[in-house]
Amino acid sequence: MSGHKYLQTVLFAASVIAIQLATFFTGTGHYLTQLTMSGYYSLVIIGLCLLIGYAGQISIGHAGFFAIGGYTTAFLTTYDLSSVKAGAVAGLLSKTGMLVTREDLYGGQALSLHPWAACLFAIAITVVIAYLIGGPVLKLKGHYLAMATLGFGTIVYKIVLGSEKFGAADGISDVPGFLLLPGLEVSGKPSMRVMNYYISWGLVIAGVMLLLNLVHSRVGRALRAIHGAEDAAGAMGIDTAKFKLKASIIKSVRYVAIVAIGGMANLWGSLIMGFILNFLSLRGYFGTYDDAVFGAILIAIMLFAPEGLLRRELFKDVRAFFSGKKPREGRQ
Amino acid sequence: MNIDFFFQYLVAGITYGTIYAIVAIGFNIIYNTTGIINFAQGEFVMLGGMISVALHAFVPLPAAILAAVILTMMIGAIIEILFIRWLANPSVLRMIIITIGISILVRETALHIWGAGVRALPYFTGSEVSAISVGDVHVSPQVLWVIGISAVTVTGLNLFFGRTLPGRQMRACASNRNAARLCGINAKNMVTLSFVLSAGIGALAGCVVSPITYIQYDSGTPLAIKGFTVAILGGLGNSMAAVAAGLILGVLESFSIWIMPTAYKDVISISILLLILFVRPSGLFGNKEAAGLKEF
Repeated sequence: MSGHKYLQTVLFAASVIAIQLATFFTGTGHYLTQLTMSGYYSLVIIGLCLLIGYAGQISIGHAGFFAIGGYTTAFLTTYDLSSVKAGAVAGLLSKTGMLVTREDLYGGQALSLHPWAACLFAIAITVVIAYLIGGPVLKLKGHYLAMATLGFGTIVYKIVLGSEKFGAADGISDVPGFLLLPGLEVSGKPSMRVMNYYISWGLVIAGVMLLLNLVHSRVGRALRAIHGAEDAAGAMGIDTAKFKLKASIIKSVRYVAIVAIGGMANLWGSLIMGFILNFLSLRGYFGTYDDAVFGAILIAIMLFAPEGLLRRELFKDVRAFFSGKKPREGRQ
Repeated sequence: MNIDFFFQYLVAGITYGTIYAIVAIGFNIIYNTTGIINFAQGEFVMLGGMISVALHAFVPLPAAILAAVILTMMIGAIIEILFIRWLANPSVLRMIIITIGISILVRETALHIWGAGVRALPYFTGSEVSAISVGDVHVSPQVLWVIGISAVTVTGLNLFFGRTLPGRQMRACASNRNAARLCGINAKNMVTLSFVLSAGIGALAGCVVSPITYIQYDSGTPLAIKGFTVAILGGLGNSMAAVAAGLILGVLESFSIWIMPTAYKDVISISILLLILFVRPSGLFGNKEAAGLKEF
């Protein structure tokens, strides 16, 4: 990393802290809930930013990965294994200490997978799916690529919607908190608000630094980094217990909109736009016109300001942007 | 396997397949004249259904359908003129994103006008329970309406593209836009016309199918994905092949209920889409080499 990127990252971290302090001093601590969520969405956005901006690939099924990671963790941490305790798999999990007993909704005892184990499993399964899907999908281009990714997102959505076990249209609620360290818990509890805000944006900073570094390497490795970011987003974004998980595939398009308006090859631009738009949307400022706003943004950007967003030399520009050097001649 | 059930599923498959074929033809018309896949194609179907239901409260059924089709055609024209006509050589990616944006806006507008409820036209003849029985196989009269109107539409389109001047002008633009221009064809108007036609066909499909499937503000996207699957399956741009492909997909989907829960029906057809895209993007009836030269 060259110097000015460190500076950018430090500035970013400083503004994250400044925002928290601002909510503290203005007594608007309740905003932190939405600020935290926009942090998690931002993880998806920087992943997508690199996919569209760096690799020039459109994905309109991106929230599919988010949903796979989220639903896997939520399902594993809430599914009661008491009845299959005697089974071989459950027995093995129990012996390795991967099961936890907790109180269920009705005050009874429920036995389910430890959040950490569930999270690792969710990451693994998302990576496998991303790998299996990514190989053939990324060979496609243009309309075919767009449709294939839309199709992928829709499949995930339909499977969730058709499965009682995933809560169908209601999603899975009552997901337990996610203990990072003793006293450091990812959850929706109001007392944990400040901490969760920092966990969320800390992950974003870590993600940004990871991507800034990996972007220097060859395309293949960068693309793998992008998948990594998706998976991290998918696995981490959901553990905040109170937020009901709902199939959010439709939201894929808004991620594309955010990346478009932020500047497709502009990680920081996407991050800032993602932060602002997600926050406004989560606070309900767009009211019932929420999706319409994102649709309008998408059209307006593409009609009036496609330059800088969809250029052919995008690839080189991104390299130049991230390395601070002048773009090299020819494709790498 | 019960033979009566077999025919019942077959008829259901053919019904849905016809609708998918009509949506696919809508895709093909616009693709042929512009090289664009209109991601808002499903919204035309939704609009046709919703507008006709709304109008049917005031006017008789045939008038409501006719008015809905005409209104949707006008909406198609407005969309083309506002968002597409004035763009000079837009890239494929740009057009994809614009049409996706349009589909969101249309969908959200529909949500604000009609709400999230499910709507349907009444059966054109008879009711939900009436059936034409052939042996032990019962066919709803609406199924015959769907298949009949679709057949008439396809035949009409063939005549339009083969025999009439605007139809032939559109084909000229499809095969070589610059050459068509040199012959004095207004290529821009042909693009508008393709949107109008495609919107009209979609709207008609939405009207005839709504008594069976019901329609709501977000019915468009699934239909668009399936229509696109069929268009690809038949080979992009080939409307007659789309009919065959539509029937194949419809029947496959219908029989999938045997091995999977109904809720996963869409998963089958989208998996077929992904499979075709990965394995044979030129389609079942398309020429692999010719497809390689096209810009998707």
